[in-house]
Amino acid sequence: MKLSLTKVVNGCRLGKIKNLGKTRDHTMDIPGCLLYTKTGCAPHLTHHTLRNIHGVPAMAQLTLSSLAEQHEVLTEYKEGVGKFIGMPESLLYCSLHDPVSPCPAGYVTNKVLQKSVIIGVIEGGDVMEERLRSARETAKRPVGGFLLDGFQGNPTTLETRLCLLSSVTAELPEDKPRLISGIGRPDEVLKCIERGVDLFESFFPYQVTERGGALTFSFDYQLNPEEMLLQQNGTQEEIKCVDQIKKMEITGCNQEITSFEINLKEKMYQEDFNPLVRGCSCYCCKNHTRAYLHHLLVTNELLAGVLLMMHNFEHYFGFFHSIREALKHDKLAQLKELIHRQAS
Amino acid sequence: MAGVATQASLESAPRIMRLVAECSRSRARAGELRLPHGTVATPVFMPVGTQATMKGITTEQLDALGCRICLGNTYHLGLRPGPELIQKANGLHGFMNWPHNLLTDSGGFQMVSLVSLSEVTEEGVRFRSPYDGSETLLSPEKSVQIQNALGSDIIMQLDDVVSSTVTGPRVEEAMYRSIRWLDRCIAAHQRPDKQNLFAIIQGGLDADLRATCLEEMTKRDVPGFAIGGLSGGESKSQFWRMVALSTSRLPKDKPRYLMGVGYATDLVVCVALGCDMFDCVFPTRTARFGSALVPTGNLQLRKKVFEKDFGPINPECTCPTCQKHSRAFLHALLHSDNTAALHHLTVHNIAYQLQLMSAVRTSIVEKRFPDFVRDFMGTMYGDPTLCPTWATDALASVGITLG
Repeated sequence: MKLSLTKVVNGCRLGKIKNLGKTRDHTMDIPGCLLYTKTGCAPHLTHHTLRNIHGVPAMAQLTLSSLAEQHEVLTEYKEGVGKFIGMPESLLYCSLHDPVSPCPAGYVTNKVLQKSVIIGVIEGGDVMEERLRSARETAKRPVGGFLLDGFQGNPTTLETRLCLLSSVTAELPEDKPRLISGIGRPDEVLKCIERGVDLFESFFPYQVTERGGALTFSFDYQLNPEEMLLQQNGTQEEIKCVDQIKKMEITGCNQEITSFEINLKEKMYQEDFNPLVRGCSCYCCKNHTRAYLHHLLVTNELLAGVLLMMHNFEHYFGFFHSIREALKHDKLAQLKELIHRQAS
Repeated sequence: MAGVATQASLESAPRIMRLVAECSRSRARAGELRLPHGTVATPVFMPVGTQATMKGITTEQLDALGCRICLGNTYHLGLRPGPELIQKANGLHGFMNWPHNLLTDSGGFQMVSLVSLSEVTEEGVRFRSPYDGSETLLSPEKSVQIQNALGSDIIMQLDDVVSSTVTGPRVEEAMYRSIRWLDRCIAAHQRPDKQNLFAIIQGGLDADLRATCLEEMTKRDVPGFAIGGLSGGESKSQFWRMVALSTSRLPKDKPRYLMGVGYATDLVVCVALGCDMFDCVFPTRTARFGSALVPTGNLQLRKKVFEKDFGPINPECTCPTCQKHSRAFLHALLHSDNTAALHHLTVHNIAYQLQLMSAVRTSIVEKRFPDFVRDFMGTMYGDPTLCPTWATDALASVGITLG
């Protein structure tokens, strides 16, 4: 596994991780994200519906907590977890915890992680000294990359930890990827990229899906603000409504609805025959309307989760693509400004 | 007692069924339904997509499985999201984005089976909405009006539905009322050129009542007939006799739709008895309980016995689930909170039903349906002679012996 950087702009790294996988011929673009799975399967999605999504990352994230239950089965299966879950060609990253429902550690067994590249975990809480020590010591080991753990929380706590993050990544070798766990909001993703992070998880679109939301934030930094509003079908009424909702929010847990999404359970979408996002090329937007999604949510139908997951994943992967494009063309400042304008 | 058919109904209804082959022994037929949204090969099993969705599978997946007609429920859709909204969305086809055919029932069955506070009068069925407590009258006219808004290719008359376990004068009352309601539906139907209104034969388990209903309803020139009031709590022995009686009196050149039938054995037997169309929630519902349908019955994949079973549900099955996944993986997934497990099984179970009907049809066309039935029963029960008595009797009545 080899990371080669194309360029570094204001601390943001653009590049590729090459020679991945058993055949050593897979590549991953950075900055990028991993495909979030639950028990080895994208949430709500079968192979067919997953295949409909454009831009699915080359690497999927499995969680050890879900695999630990399959330990005996996998041992007997002998052909590896990738084949067991029906993703024999995919690159797989196994994380200790599930970012959505972190549980106490205690399941680490070396047998599951045979023939894998080991990622070193940087810990240290909020104490600078400990963070630096963790970073320096881990960097000395022959690890394939680094996991920056313990930075997750609500938006307020991230702000205070950003300084720590910079100091930590400064201690890490340039030629190994840096993955952060528990960070998913678009504005937070950008802040972390500026501080030397390469890879993220994609649990955020899943969380949005679970609360009946659709990601609608714009990442098209080429559009002027008026065009952007049109694309999101944002009338003045809608924007006022979103503002009101934001004010009603109780601050704290970042599981609350964000300003990057619309809540399709709201009555205003009952007769809205527009797609979730105008111009989106995902299966859901090409085939269905906001009114239909509203109906599915109100009637508690399973298809709601399927369609929303397809859209939310595609939208999120598209966001990462735009980050890479922005870096390539030196437009990150515009993208950053666009995203922060939409942050609550 | 039965009403005189109105002027409108005497005009010739379209012949939507073309017979392609008939079994020389039994009453089995293979045919083609020509419907506004395309041709449908019969015999056909129609999966039930109650609320404008086939549970967790997309219309693209349903199309890829070869489904060309499925059901929507007027009762549910009439309440949420309501006919006005669906009409604005270009009908049910537009609302759910399904390019093929749709059949909607009248809402009558749900009204009676789902709603405790419903009251049937000559006017219609009066009931309370479970969502906002408001009172509605579902009359034959209203049911047709809603179904006209939904725009389904086949619509069903509102019938006076009585449970098959009910006996006495209520059954007779319901039968005659259903005839009168059929006439009212025909009169109210605004779109006979675009939507095919089917009659529903009632009469419970009483042969005389059924015969009367058949005689009267077949005087009405509707495009097709359904056999209703069965598939409830009645014994299988009574069930098949009523089906056989009905098919013996229904015109050959119009489709026969047996409502609520979906177990594999029942499908095969009722094809032999002369039925063309079937619907049932069973395959899709049982999928959501972790049960996969196979030629020998079903696999309860949540059970520990499948934990290390690394083969597919059915190695002969061509569905995407069997192509990609093992029983062991599905077992693991069923024990997680990922809904994908249910979707995998829904895909498989629909594929099972459609593949079964397709195999039945091919055997009729290739003039070997009786052999097919024997093979089917052998696989399902270990030996054709171990098939349930009612099925043996039913098949014997149309010339198919299993021994």
